[in-house]
Formats: sequence, C-alpha cells, structure tokens
Amino acid sequence: MNKREFLARLRAGLRGLPREDVEERVIFYSEMIDEGLEEGLSEAEAVGKLGPVGDVVAQILADTPPAEPVREKTGFRGRVRAWEIVLLILGFPVWFPLLLAAFAVVLAAVIVLWSLVVSLWAVDASLLGCALGGAVSAAAFVLRGNGLTAAVMLAAGLCCAGLAIFCFFGCRAFTKGALWLTKKTASGVKHLFIRKETA
Amino acid sequence: MDSQLKRGLLDVCVLAAIKNGDSYGYRIMNDLKPYLELSESTLYTILKRLETAGMLTVRTAEHGGRLRKYYHITGEGLRRIREFREDWQEILSIYRFVVKEDEDE
Repeated sequence: MNKREFLARLRAGLRGLPREDVEERVIFYSEMIDEGLEEGLSEAEAVGKLGPVGDVVAQILADTPPAEPVREKTGFRGRVRAWEIVLLILGFPVWFPLLLAAFAVVLAAVIVLWSLVVSLWAVDASLLGCALGGAVSAAAFVLRGNGLTAAVMLAAGLCCAGLAIFCFFGCRAFTKGALWLTKKTASGVKHLFIRKETA
Repeated sequence: MDSQLKRGLLDVCVLAAIKNGDSYGYRIMNDLKPYLELSESTLYTILKRLETAGMLTVRTAEHGGRLRKYYHITGEGLRRIREFREDWQEILSIYRFVVKEDEDE
C-alpha cells in the first residue's frame, strides 16, 4: 500500500470523528511516512511500519474519549411511562389550576416587591422636590421682604434635601435587594422545569 | 499496569524526550523505542493531551520541502517532570515496603 492509499483509508475510517481532528491525524501520519522515506525506507516499508490501516483506525477510535455533551433536559428526564401520561391527562383539571395559582402568587409577590421599589423612589423624588420648592419659595419670600418666612422655608427645604440624600442610599440598597430576589425567584422557577446535567 | 499510572508514565516519557530540545514525532518515537513500545496513535494522543494541558507547544517549520511539526516543552511540562521525580521517591519507598512484606512471608 502506498502513502496516498493509506491516508485515504485512514480518512475514511475516521469519518465519524470531527473533521478538524481527522485532518490533524492525517497530517501526523503523513509526516510519519515522510520521515520514514527520508530515513531511506521505501514507500511500502514506511507505510508498513505503521501497521495495518484497520488496526490504526481501531486504535485511534479506542483512544478517542467519547464526547461529553451537556444537554438541557426537561423535568421529565428521558422516557415517560404510559401510566404517567394517563395520570397527567386525568389530573389536568387539578394540577393545572394549582400550577396557575402558584404562578400567580409568585408573580403577585414580585409585583408587590417592585411596587415598593417604585413607591420608595417616589418618596425620594418628592423629598427632592420639596427641597427645591423650599429653596424657590425662600427666594420668593426674600424678594417680597418677608425674611423670617424665607428662613423657615429654606430650613424646611434643607431638611428635605438631607432626607432625600439619606433616602437615596436606602432606595438604592432596596432596589439591589429586590433585583437579587427577583433573579433568585426566576432561576428557582426555571430550575423547576429545566435542569442541566451531563450525559 | 494500572491505566492511570501508565498514562502518567507515558506523559513524562514524552516530556523527557523533548526536555533537552525541540523534537518531532518520528524522532520522539525513535528516542522512546529502547524504553517502551508506543504506537503512533498513542503518541499522537499523548502529544495532544500534553498540548491541551499546556505542557508543550507546537510549531510548524519547513523541512526538506515539506512541513514538520516540532514540539517544545513549557515551564509547566518541566514542572511535571520535577513532580514525577519527587513522586517516584515515594513510589519507590512503597515498593520497598511491599517487597519486604513479601519476603517476610
């Protein structure tokens, strides 16, 4: 057998493997034959040194570890037995409303949580508005010559500004917490139905 | 021989064949021939495994009008050889203990 025949049979024998891997192997064996030729062997001798191509293919396939794909499977995981299908259909009027109710409860909790976030930010925004209003009205009272009222308005505005700044940090922390809780809930719900596993 | 142990030994043998300078597949086969029987397929698998583990790097250079792949040992590969030498002392002491037990029986 010559080099061309050997490599063609090798390529044919390995066609089940990834193409890139096959080409790399073919290059490797081609180099081995070339080295033998360079050493002074005949083409048949250089090819013969590698052993029968069938044995070479068999050994490569034996040495190649099986692929380990990561599959996403549904919660049913593999085959579902006939009685399970029957039970699922018969139990539909019971489990479906319950499932829907559970979803509704989770959704309601998430909505309540985010409503709290929105209202907290609204409080913060209104405090900021009060601070600005205080400053503007203080300026107006000064222009009208009412110094005492202007001072009171300015003090109230400054208090609101202080509270707004203080509340800002609280709102930010609460929003982060709400975001974390929502993510955890979403991933929890997802993992009820889809689980990751190695085959 | 235990397959894990054999695999580790083969890895170190191939690394030892390139530790003193870059080498190529055919020469590695010839260098190892006096010490162990190794098929081209096994050598390829070992070289690939060592490359993936970062213990050697591969470069292609022209030689006599064709391309030849050269294998170069990395720091990680040299470290593996050092580890092997350290481990071997431990294995030897276990061996001596096992042999002694046999002799005592």
